[in-house]
Amino acid sequence: MQERSDSSSQMPQSFQEIILRLQNYWAAKGCAILQPYDMEVGAGTFHPATTLRALGSKPWAAAYVQPSRRPTDGRYGENPNRLQHYYQYQVIIKPSPPDLQELYLGSLRAIGIDDALHDIRFVEDDWESPTLGAWGLGWEVWCDGMEVSQFTYFQQVGGHDCRPVSGELTYGLERLAMYVLGVDHVMDMPFNAPDAPIPLAYGDIFRQTEEEYSRHNFHGATTEMLLRHFEDAEAECARLLDMPLQDPATGKAIRMAHPAYDQCIKASHLFNLLDARGVISVTERQAYIGRVRALAKLCADAFVQTEAGGAQAGGAAA
Amino acid sequence: MADLLIELFSEEIPARMQASAAEALRRLVTDGLVGAGLTYANAAAFATPRRLALAVQGLSTHSPTLREERKGPKLGAPQAAIDGFLRGIGQTMADLEIRDDKKGQVYFATITTPGRAAPEIVAQVLDTTIRNFPWPKSMRWGSGSLRWVRPLHSILCILSTEAGAEIVPLTVGGITAGNSTRGHRFMAPDAFTVTGFDDYAAKLKRAHVILDPQERAAHIWNDASQMAFAAGLELVEDKALLAEVAGLVEWPVVLMGRIGADFLNLPPEVLQTSMREHQKFFSARDPKSGQIVGFVTVANRDTADKGATILQGNQKVLAARLSDAKFFWENDLRTVTAQGLDGMGAGLANVTFHNKLGSQADRVARIAALAREIAPLVGADADLAEQAARVAKADLRSDMVGEFPELQGLMGSYYARAAGLPEDVARACVEHYQPLGPSDSVPSAPVSVAVALADKIDTLTGFWAIDEKPTGSKDPYALRRAALGVIRLVLGNGVRIGLTQFEAKGVAGVVYENYYRGKTDTADTISRISDLGVPDSISSEARLTFEGSIKAQTADFVAETVDFVRETLGFDVDAVIANLLSFFHDRLKTHLREQGIRHDVIDACLAMPGNDDLTLLVKRAEALSAFLKTADGENLLQGFKRANNILTKEEAKDGVEYSFGPDPKLAETPEEKALFTALDKAEAAITPAMTAEDFATAMAAMATLRAPIDAFFEAVQINTDNQIVRRNRLNLLHRIRATCQQVADLTRVEG
Repeated sequence: MQERSDSSSQMPQSFQEIILRLQNYWAAKGCAILQPYDMEVGAGTFHPATTLRALGSKPWAAAYVQPSRRPTDGRYGENPNRLQHYYQYQVIIKPSPPDLQELYLGSLRAIGIDDALHDIRFVEDDWESPTLGAWGLGWEVWCDGMEVSQFTYFQQVGGHDCRPVSGELTYGLERLAMYVLGVDHVMDMPFNAPDAPIPLAYGDIFRQTEEEYSRHNFHGATTEMLLRHFEDAEAECARLLDMPLQDPATGKAIRMAHPAYDQCIKASHLFNLLDARGVISVTERQAYIGRVRALAKLCADAFVQTEAGGAQAGGAAA
Repeated sequence: MADLLIELFSEEIPARMQASAAEALRRLVTDGLVGAGLTYANAAAFATPRRLALAVQGLSTHSPTLREERKGPKLGAPQAAIDGFLRGIGQTMADLEIRDDKKGQVYFATITTPGRAAPEIVAQVLDTTIRNFPWPKSMRWGSGSLRWVRPLHSILCILSTEAGAEIVPLTVGGITAGNSTRGHRFMAPDAFTVTGFDDYAAKLKRAHVILDPQERAAHIWNDASQMAFAAGLELVEDKALLAEVAGLVEWPVVLMGRIGADFLNLPPEVLQTSMREHQKFFSARDPKSGQIVGFVTVANRDTADKGATILQGNQKVLAARLSDAKFFWENDLRTVTAQGLDGMGAGLANVTFHNKLGSQADRVARIAALAREIAPLVGADADLAEQAARVAKADLRSDMVGEFPELQGLMGSYYARAAGLPEDVARACVEHYQPLGPSDSVPSAPVSVAVALADKIDTLTGFWAIDEKPTGSKDPYALRRAALGVIRLVLGNGVRIGLTQFEAKGVAGVVYENYYRGKTDTADTISRISDLGVPDSISSEARLTFEGSIKAQTADFVAETVDFVRETLGFDVDAVIANLLSFFHDRLKTHLREQGIRHDVIDACLAMPGNDDLTLLVKRAEALSAFLKTADGENLLQGFKRANNILTKEEAKDGVEYSFGPDPKLAETPEEKALFTALDKAEAAITPAMTAEDFATAMAAMATLRAPIDAFFEAVQINTDNQIVRRNRLNLLHRIRATCQQVADLTRVEG
């Protein structure tokens, strides 16, 4: 059970090495290594590989890095561990295997966290995404008092019960890497190998962008435009799902669950930006979240009627 | 006799659920066993992060065979009846017995239910227990449908006797019970088998698991206290945290560290809250300075480096957290130094309190106006009360409260002092939230009391005005707590205010503001107003005047607003206020009943005018309650009731109220004259006593009337032929009733 590969006995030297080790580890455990979703999202969970694929009966196993944006967390690159753009590592396996905790602990060993020296704890933290109409039970995983991952057994997504249940792991990569690499300020963290011909620190790549986006998120973005785009995305999502099933070109029944879901993702990010601009009051917040959730629910409803969502081939066309 | 051992081994159970889960396991299993006819000597349940365990000792090995006799139909009853009886008990004619009964010969059946062996019963009970376990939240996992708090991995279930241990055959959700378990997740992960509870507990300890949560907590507390003592510090007691931490570890290892010098200037509450909420650290203080200088963390394992790596990691996380806190603190201090505390709160205008109740700034303005009005009634300076109310919510915009909402109010008081505001104002920032619950203390500083009352009354009137009252168990705005808070503030400080005057203004103000905000789309109130077809009557010019008056807060304006809302908008302010007052009274009744005051006594006092003055109301109720326990109490009640019963009967008969006042000249008998004299004398004592609110003295005077009343009834016939004399006597009885009803409505008192 306590497997330790030779490659992991050495400590990683850089941010990217930690990512690569996670990729290799989960690839070896049989996950499809996907690439980031090509849209602005608040967390790895928004990737359709998680949100949509957690629905329906088809088995699924995927792992990927997801750049994530939380506009309100912008600190102009000054805060040692808060960023408005950061990376999450996401693993999703359906049905959740009985040894998922052991698999997870194996991944920590792979990146150099030796549980013989560290204190690893599973502390209650039930996960809920009001915008996705999703919730699950699980923990935040602590390493020496620091939260290094979120571990969730999905119970519902888009208002649908998850059957079977997916196990989801989310690693906050910067925080985890800073801990493993012993770095105090995220901008000082080596991104590639410190002995590379051109060594690059995290700050070399992201300090300026953090500054630019912080200004953008808090002061730059045009709120009227954001509001308009929110309405557009909302309308488009519903419209795509309302269109007749039959594709005029091929005559096939094609439900546009994914394109509609893209609009849901857009609406969610626009809402986050509006929130950062400080133009959404506490009560309006709830209303906006409810609107995004309604979209997520529509998309989930549509996805479960598609083949990937576990519907019978005939059923999808019906 | 046998001993039963059950262990349900799962992934990590939330700490806060462990104790009640262990208790539920004990209750459900033992109830089930007893229900099935088994007996046991004792049972104890335990919980760790990964297991619930139950040990039952002295369990009977079989349930007893039960014999039950059942009386059937009479001999010669229709065959259908006999067949029905046989079907019901599953027997044949040959099994029946014929016996002599009172009414003749009757069929009797003896039903024997054989006893069952303990393993069969245990299996059934445990299966039911697992499937119906009362977790506050449970989940499914993998492809299964069983629900548990987190994935359930194994079930240990053995019955042991002197002959040895046997596994109870049982399979739930694909998990077959066995006799093995595992130790500590990291220190002893391998499986091992056990033969009984003692063996189980001993082997667990060897496998680095302390089964008993009490033992873990005691271990943590002892080690932590000793470690703190050795470092010249003392541990800050925190029982809730101790229980939680004991639920996070199977093998507690206590480690202590120091807080970096950079952070020692933070307020102790900030240090403690940050460490407790984020890190689940205990705080250690310097006994001399009282300053928090150290922390204690509890790891879940021994390590080769004696926890050095773990402590270093924790220290680093703490430093990051406290850097955040320090950043917030310094930022906030800069803000209040430069812009004052009101400057910090400027952004409250952009924060919606409730869409029908405006922004937090609107709310603050209402509270400030109200606090000003209440101030003289609680002995506070009006200017100070208003000033305090204006800044009391400012810290909601501070960085620190944004991060730690539980520090609201407290941070306000720190920032108020930093901004150089008077101490009364600083104190009101934290105290105006009080009392936060039934066990929280009630502030007594006048400025704090004024703002605390204004805050709560505004909240209640606001939500009543928009018809968002608590229903059943739903009370999302904690309005019951607010009402109880008002009651405790008023009673605790002997405050004399008629609540309804403030409530009427508050309700009218909200309706009025909503009317002007024109939120016809959201507010029910407003749509009701619109339905009335009220034209947008007030011109913009007048509106300006109204708004101007809001700032001026003139009494005229307030009265005008109430009239406007009542008459022009047709909003039934009085009905809303009556409803809110009865909400207060309901809370107060509970409060008084807990003090042992009877419900009829409370009702008798509630029926009196001025019942929105809670202090007066309670004074009445306490006086009446105490008085009724004396001999004079009986006199008062009997005298009053005798007079009142006859009067009420005659009034009903005649359809008039005899309230003209009796004429002593028309008194015929000495007893009648004596009653007049007694009444005069009693009233002479009652009037000043009532003015002084000395209800006991007033009631004692009322009680003196019993003897003259009794004598009067003995000697005098009320219903004489002389109508003038009759009316006079009834008017006399009315005078008695009026006199005796001054403290409370005695018709409502039982007995």
